[in-house]
Amino acid sequence: MSYPAARPVTFSVNGVSHTLSLAPWVTLLDALRERLRLTGTKKGCDHGQCGACTVLCNDQRILSCMTLAVMKQGAAITTIEGIATGDTLHPLQQAFIDHDAFQCGYCTPGQICSAIGMLREGKARTRTEVKELMSGNLCRCGANKTIIDAIMEVKESYE
Amino acid sequence: MQSTPTVGKPISRLEGILKVTGAARYAAEYEVPDLLHGYVVNSTITKGSITRIDTTQAMAVEGVVHIFTHENRPRLAWFDLQYADMDAPPGTVFKPLHDATIHYNGQPIALVIAQDVETARYAASLLTIEYEETSFDTCLNDNLHKARKPKKGLASVMKSPPPKPTGDVKKAFQQSAAQVAAEFRHSTEHHNPMELFATTTVYEGDGQLTIYDKTQSTINNQLYVANVFGLKYKYVRVLAPFVGGGFGSGLRPQYQLFLCVMAALQLKRSVRLVLDRKQMFSFGHRPQNVQRLHFSADDKGQLTGLSHTAFSATSQFEDYAETVSEWSHKLYPAPHTSFDYQLVSLDLHTPVDMRAPGGNSALHAIECTMDELAYKLGIDPLEFRLRNYADEDPSTGKPFTSKALRACYQLAAEQFGWHQRNPQPASMKRGNKLVGYGMATGIWDAFQFPARVEAMIDQEGKLVISNATTDIGTGTLTIMTQIAADEFGLPIEQVNVHYGDSKKPFSMFQGGSATTASTGSAIVIAAQALKKKLWKIAKGMDGSPLAKAGEADVAFDSGQIYLRHDPSVAISLAAIVAANKGRPIKTTNMGKPHLLKLRKYAKATHSAAFVEVEVDAELKTITVTRAVTAVAAGKIINPKTARSQIEGSMVWGISKALHEATILDEKLGKFMNPNLAEYHIPVHADIHELDVIFADEPDEIINELGVKGVGEIGLVAMPAAIANAVYHATGKRFYNLPIHFNELL
Repeated sequence: MSYPAARPVTFSVNGVSHTLSLAPWVTLLDALRERLRLTGTKKGCDHGQCGACTVLCNDQRILSCMTLAVMKQGAAITTIEGIATGDTLHPLQQAFIDHDAFQCGYCTPGQICSAIGMLREGKARTRTEVKELMSGNLCRCGANKTIIDAIMEVKESYE
Repeated sequence: MQSTPTVGKPISRLEGILKVTGAARYAAEYEVPDLLHGYVVNSTITKGSITRIDTTQAMAVEGVVHIFTHENRPRLAWFDLQYADMDAPPGTVFKPLHDATIHYNGQPIALVIAQDVETARYAASLLTIEYEETSFDTCLNDNLHKARKPKKGLASVMKSPPPKPTGDVKKAFQQSAAQVAAEFRHSTEHHNPMELFATTTVYEGDGQLTIYDKTQSTINNQLYVANVFGLKYKYVRVLAPFVGGGFGSGLRPQYQLFLCVMAALQLKRSVRLVLDRKQMFSFGHRPQNVQRLHFSADDKGQLTGLSHTAFSATSQFEDYAETVSEWSHKLYPAPHTSFDYQLVSLDLHTPVDMRAPGGNSALHAIECTMDELAYKLGIDPLEFRLRNYADEDPSTGKPFTSKALRACYQLAAEQFGWHQRNPQPASMKRGNKLVGYGMATGIWDAFQFPARVEAMIDQEGKLVISNATTDIGTGTLTIMTQIAADEFGLPIEQVNVHYGDSKKPFSMFQGGSATTASTGSAIVIAAQALKKKLWKIAKGMDGSPLAKAGEADVAFDSGQIYLRHDPSVAISLAAIVAANKGRPIKTTNMGKPHLLKLRKYAKATHSAAFVEVEVDAELKTITVTRAVTAVAAGKIINPKTARSQIEGSMVWGISKALHEATILDEKLGKFMNPNLAEYHIPVHADIHELDVIFADEPDEIINELGVKGVGEIGLVAMPAAIANAVYHATGKRFYNLPIHFNELL
C-alpha cells in the first residue's frame, strides 16, 4: 500500500519562508511541531475542540489541527514563538505572567494567539464578550479568571 | 545587611517566560534524531478475548516498521509485583499486551510503529481484529449487592479503612428532633489534563534509556520501567520538567510509557508515543459512586448521629479505594456514628486518584445533607456549622496542629455578604433570574511524604537545590526557590532549583497537596545541614575571622556567612568554595514527617465556600455568578501561585457540580463522550467572579515550614455550596452531579 505522495508547500512561519515536502494528510499542527520543530503550538485534542493549537494565519486565528498544511500555500503563519519581538515580550505575554494566567502552561500558547486574533477582530467590547469569544480555548487548570484578567488589561491599555 | 525574605511574596512563576513563549518543552516535544512514532490500537469490546489479530494489511503500508501485539511482544517480567508501581492499589497491575484477554473497553491491544505519526495512525486503522465477547458488568447501581470491603495493601497506609461505629446511630436517627436521609450519585470523571499522555524514549545505546514522560513522579516511573524491563535503575532516567497538567492521572505509569519503552528496547531505536484524546479515557478515572447518608440533630441544632455509607466502583484486577465515608466526623462531633466504604468490581479500568479523591465526592454529600438538616431545624446553614464547630478532631479527640476554619467562615461570609440572604428558598430574584446563596465547608488532609534534597554551593557561590519532584503547574519550582533563597538570605536569582528528573534525589509523588510540605521541608533540612558544613569550613580557613565562632554565633545572608553580633565580620560563600579548593560544597538530606510528634495531633486543611447562583426562570440554566472561598492551609509560601491553585480548584468545583461527567453506556460497557466537545468542562464564559481569602493559620507543629498544601482544598467545598445555592434559588434538592438545567425544567 502506498503512502500518499508528498508535495511541496511553501509558507512563512514567524517571518521565515519554509518549503516543505508534505503528504496531504499532514495537518498544519503536525507540520509545525514535527517538521519545523516549533513545538510551542500544542496538541490537546487534534479535533478542534480545545483551542490549544491556535495559531495566526494571515493575522486571523485558526485551529492548526483542523487545517491541512497543504492548504496554506503562500500563507503567513505566526506561532507563539513569533509573538515576542526579540527579548521583548508581547504585552499579552507579559500580562499572562503578571496575572499568573496559567498553571501547567499547556493551553497558554493557544490562549495568547487566540487573544491576539480576538483583539484584532475588534468584536469584543466588554469582559463578557471577551469571555464568550475566548471560549474556544479550554484551560483545565482553571486559570479562566486570570486569563481574562490578563486579556482585559491589555485590551484596556490599547483603547 | 538583612535581605528581604521572599516567602509570602507573590512572586511570578520563574518558568513563566518559557511558558508564554512556547519554549517550555513537554514530553512529546524533545527533538531526537532518527525517531520512530507509535500509535495505539484499543479494544472495541468490553470483555472477552482476541481470537484473531491480522496485521498483514497494516504492515504493507510503506513506512510501517513494526506492529506489536500480545502474540509477538517481547518476553517481559512475569512476576506481577514487578509491575506494581509505588501507587499501585492491592491487586494485580494491568499488563499491556500481556495476553489475548480483554478486561475493559479501550484496553490497548496493539502498537503500530512507523516512520511518522500519520503513517502509524493510518496503519492502525487497517488491523483486522476478531474477538470472542463475554458478558460484562459496568453498572454500579445494578451491582450494589456485590459490594464488599476493599482488600488491604500498601496503599491502605494513606487511605485507612473507616473507623468502628460509636453509639447507636440508628436509634439516634429515629429519636432525634430532626433527621435527613439522602442518597447521592456521582458519575465517572476523567482528569483530562490539556497535555495528551506522551512518552519520548531516547535509545541511548549502551543499555541506557532517557525517557521524557508525562508523569507526576519521575522516580515512580523510573522504578516501574527498570522493574518491568529488567534494567538497572541507573540505566533508566525519567525526565518531566514540564507537565501539562496531571490532577492525579500521572500518579501511576500509564500504558503509553510501557509500550513506548518496550518498542524502543525491541527495535533498538528512539520512539515517541502520544495518546489521542479518546485514548485519554482509556486508563484511570474518578470512580462512580453511591453514597447513603443519615444525619440527625437535636432541637438545639447539635448533631446526634452521623451515618455515611459509600459504594464505589473499581476494576476486576485492582482494589482502588478512597477515603470517603468518615470525613463528616473530622468536622463535626456526634455521639453516634457509623461509617462504611465498600467496593464493587466492574469490567472497567482501575480508577486513579483525581483531584481530592474521596473527599471531593464525600464533602458534596456531607455538606448537602448538613444544609438540608439546617433547613429542617430552621437554623441558618452557617450558624448550624458553627454550633457544631469542633476545636479538636471529633473522630479522635486529638487537637489539630492548627485549625482556622472559624476564621474562614467569618472572612468568607463577610466578603460574600451572607447576612443579606433571605433564608426562604426561591425568594431572591434579579430580573428574570432566581438567585440562590449556598455555603459549604471543606476539609482535606495535610500530607507529607519523605523526600531527599541535595543542597550545594557551586563555584560561583550560587545555591543549587536538587530534587526529583515535578512541577505540574502548581508553582513548585518557584516555591522551592523561595524557600531555599530565604534559608540563605539570597535573592531568588542566586538560587537554581533542579527538578523533574529521576536522577535527582528522591521525591515520591506530586499528589495529595503534599509537595510543598515534602520537598519544601527537605530543602529546609538540607539547607541547615549545608550551613553547618559551610560554617565548619569557614572556621578552618587560614586566618578566618570566624575561627572562634560557634554555630549559633553565625548567620547567612546575601551570599555571606557573618557574625550575628557584628555583621561586618563576614566571609563570602564563594570564598568558602575557593578555600575548598574550588570544589562545590554539598550535602544531601532527608525530610520526613515527624510521625512521633504528629501522633498526638490531628492534621487537616479547611475551607469555607460561599456561592451565588442565578437560575434562569424560564430556561433553568444555572450560572455560578460569584464564589468566595476562604482557605486555612498553614503558611502560604507564594500567595500568587497559591491563589491560582485555589481558583483553579474552584473552577473544578463548578465543573463537578454543573458540567463534567463521563457517560457510560451500560449496555456497551463503554464511555460515550471521550472527547473535549462532549466531556464538558467550564469555558471562559462559564466562569465569573472568584475570590480567594487565605486565613492566617500559624502552625509550629506540622512541619519545618508550617505549610499544609493548597492543591485540593479549594475544590472540596464548592460542589455542595453550589448545590445548596441551587436549592436556595429554586427550592429543589438535587442529589446527583452534575446538575443540568433539564432537571429543573
